[in-house]
Amino acid sequence: MLRQDVSRTAARNQAHGAEVTAHPHRPPQAPPGPHAPVVPPPRTDGQAQRPAAVPDTAADARADAVGAAPDGLVQLLDPDGARRPDPEYDPWVADIDDDALAALYEDMVVVRRLDLEATALQRQGELGLWPPLLGQEAAQVGSARALRRDDFVFSSYRENGVAYCRGVDLTDLVRVWRGTTLSGWDPWAVGMATPTIIIGAQALHATGYAMGCTKDGVDSVAVAYFGDGATSQGDVNEAMVFAATFRAPVVYFCQNNQWAISEPVGLVAVRPLADRAPGFGIPSVRVDGNDVLAVTAVMRATLDRARRGEGPTFVEAVTYRRGPHTTSDDPTRYVDPAVAQEWAAKDPILRVERLLEARGRLDGLTAAVTAHADAAAAEMRQGCLGLDAPPPLSVFDHVYTTPTSWLERQRSQYAAYLAMFDDAADSGAGAGTGADARGTRGTAA
Amino acid sequence: MSATLTLAAALTSGLRHALADDPKVVVMGEDVGRLGGVFRVTDGLQRDFGPDRVMDTPLAESGIVGTAVGLAYRGYRPVVEIQFDGFVFPAFDQLVTQVAKLHYRTGGAVRMPITVRIPYGGGIGAVEHHSESPEAYFTHTAGLRVVTCADPQDAHTLIRQAIACDDPVVFFEPKRRYWTKGEVDDSRAALAAALPLDRARVVVPGDDVTVVAYGPLVATARDAALAARDEGTSVEVIDLRSLSPVDLATVEGSVRRTGRLVIAHEAQQHGGLGAEIAASITERCFFHLEQPPARVTGFDVPYPPAKLEEHFLPDVDRILDAVDRVLGRQNSLTGWKG
Repeated sequence: MLRQDVSRTAARNQAHGAEVTAHPHRPPQAPPGPHAPVVPPPRTDGQAQRPAAVPDTAADARADAVGAAPDGLVQLLDPDGARRPDPEYDPWVADIDDDALAALYEDMVVVRRLDLEATALQRQGELGLWPPLLGQEAAQVGSARALRRDDFVFSSYRENGVAYCRGVDLTDLVRVWRGTTLSGWDPWAVGMATPTIIIGAQALHATGYAMGCTKDGVDSVAVAYFGDGATSQGDVNEAMVFAATFRAPVVYFCQNNQWAISEPVGLVAVRPLADRAPGFGIPSVRVDGNDVLAVTAVMRATLDRARRGEGPTFVEAVTYRRGPHTTSDDPTRYVDPAVAQEWAAKDPILRVERLLEARGRLDGLTAAVTAHADAAAAEMRQGCLGLDAPPPLSVFDHVYTTPTSWLERQRSQYAAYLAMFDDAADSGAGAGTGADARGTRGTAA
Repeated sequence: MSATLTLAAALTSGLRHALADDPKVVVMGEDVGRLGGVFRVTDGLQRDFGPDRVMDTPLAESGIVGTAVGLAYRGYRPVVEIQFDGFVFPAFDQLVTQVAKLHYRTGGAVRMPITVRIPYGGGIGAVEHHSESPEAYFTHTAGLRVVTCADPQDAHTLIRQAIACDDPVVFFEPKRRYWTKGEVDDSRAALAAALPLDRARVVVPGDDVTVVAYGPLVATARDAALAARDEGTSVEVIDLRSLSPVDLATVEGSVRRTGRLVIAHEAQQHGGLGAEIAASITERCFFHLEQPPARVTGFDVPYPPAKLEEHFLPDVDRILDAVDRVLGRQNSLTGWKG
């Protein structure tokens, strides 16, 4: 069973604290006294202090000193593709046979391929921006595939793998990033709100939704996806206060991908992120976020706990953002290539491939999965290229459920303005298409 | 049924009707349960509707509004109380970036029928952050409706209309008028016949000058109109009620008759609602104006200590001074000669 005992969880986190590479800028240090936070001397140059230079916890320091590996996260499948027995979590994935594993593998390959295609579309000028998820496929697919249809996801903007698993149409994945809409899909059709860009705001939405589930007497669960950076936000912390108070059936699924744009997790956390939740009265678990089996197991256990009315759980999926923050970012300015290399070796897809290969299931599968991924990418590309700018006057739509007199006035005035260009161009087209003729004024001379 | 109620009790009655009429209505906020709110506006509601419908929440305004968003996703109709005007800012992000934008963002797929009640304004001798008028922050935000009330009947009607509205409504309650008494008809027929949520009302008819006020200053403007009448000046007072959208048609209709406009609010002047109304009216009926519009507002200073607030808050004399200004009479700016 999932660890519900706060002290046991904390103890496990202490033992696990050794996610050494989670803090790539931290050099090995001698262990400080037990539980004694190491406070760096105050700086006098006015620069922000970077706690990354010190061990996160006594446990971290101890682990650094002894070089503990494989770091004590919940892990069912190691980077070499070896299945590690775990009496607590194995039962949660007992039904995942080779076929089911192959399906998770396929999801991850498709998600990675779509992500790559979207990055290419951005590079080709077809998307304004894209937030790659490279490296986080297991965390997203494993957690999303554990959900029921009636569960509801509130995510940030990098959860395109989650969206794919929820059944979001491929073209809908890129609409926002092409700039043709602010919201790519119908939340009700897939049980997933469209992403919140303000960091951490959605944690409260998930909590409120979960409070509503309790009121309704249903066993649906709300899931908030956010990253390590978001854990500093007041909203995430307030969400945990509310969830604990109201025993809300919500799962906080934190993908600790080690980076908030250029800021390493060590800048925002001097202890493992999962250590915070028990202070709110919320049990937590750290899982190898690159292990799709472990993520599935932990998520299933956690969801089950929520469904049984036992309240919220915080999951820290320790993973690594192997790409840039977005296509506008330049991680070469702040990422140590050696660390990136280490994480490449922990690739979430590679380890499943190795397991399937060892079981003789990879032959033939790779080709079929690749073909599926390529077809999905092509479908998404085609859909993307077909997305045109919405009609100009739709800028006024849906501000309110019924338009106000002010907005109606602005709409009609702007329609008249656009129509002026229609008249000037004598195009004979209807009002609104005159937008195309703008910018011609004054150019005649 | 009609009864004499304070403005606060009229709001309580409105909330009670809303809770009874719609099982999806929930009231949430700090101290709204057993205590009944610091102004007792939710008095007795938890007792009668239970803690699932009337929820005391942790002291976290962003958390209150953010969880209300989640409840709205789930089909609920949350009525949130922010304890005092100056406490709304921790929730500002959720209100402006989420509550206001979700309907637009989702192309109409997600509705946010949330009512955010905020006691506002000064005149009660309070400490800092308890006397502010932050309405312009919200009227500047597309996607929010902003409403305020000035008398018990309107308080009762408007809160019921706000809760029934499918858009988010920021509902400002004039805290120094909570104890104003008036007749309140809480019948369904009265509600059905009531002026819509987004309309202004002429509360004192007049011919010489239009004075636009809202919330706590409507009573002040009424008093000013009475005083002006004694001096032979006919002042029309408009209670704006809806601050976003503003019912400009009603204001414009009045100004086209009077040719003179005064706008009064407690909030600071710069970028305030008075500026918007003055500009819009000037655009719409410039050639009907006999004088430039005049604003009577709080000064562009943070809300001062209680012993200075009488200077900050517009009163009858300052409104009358502005009336003199738009009538081209001697006033404080021209100086008094003899």
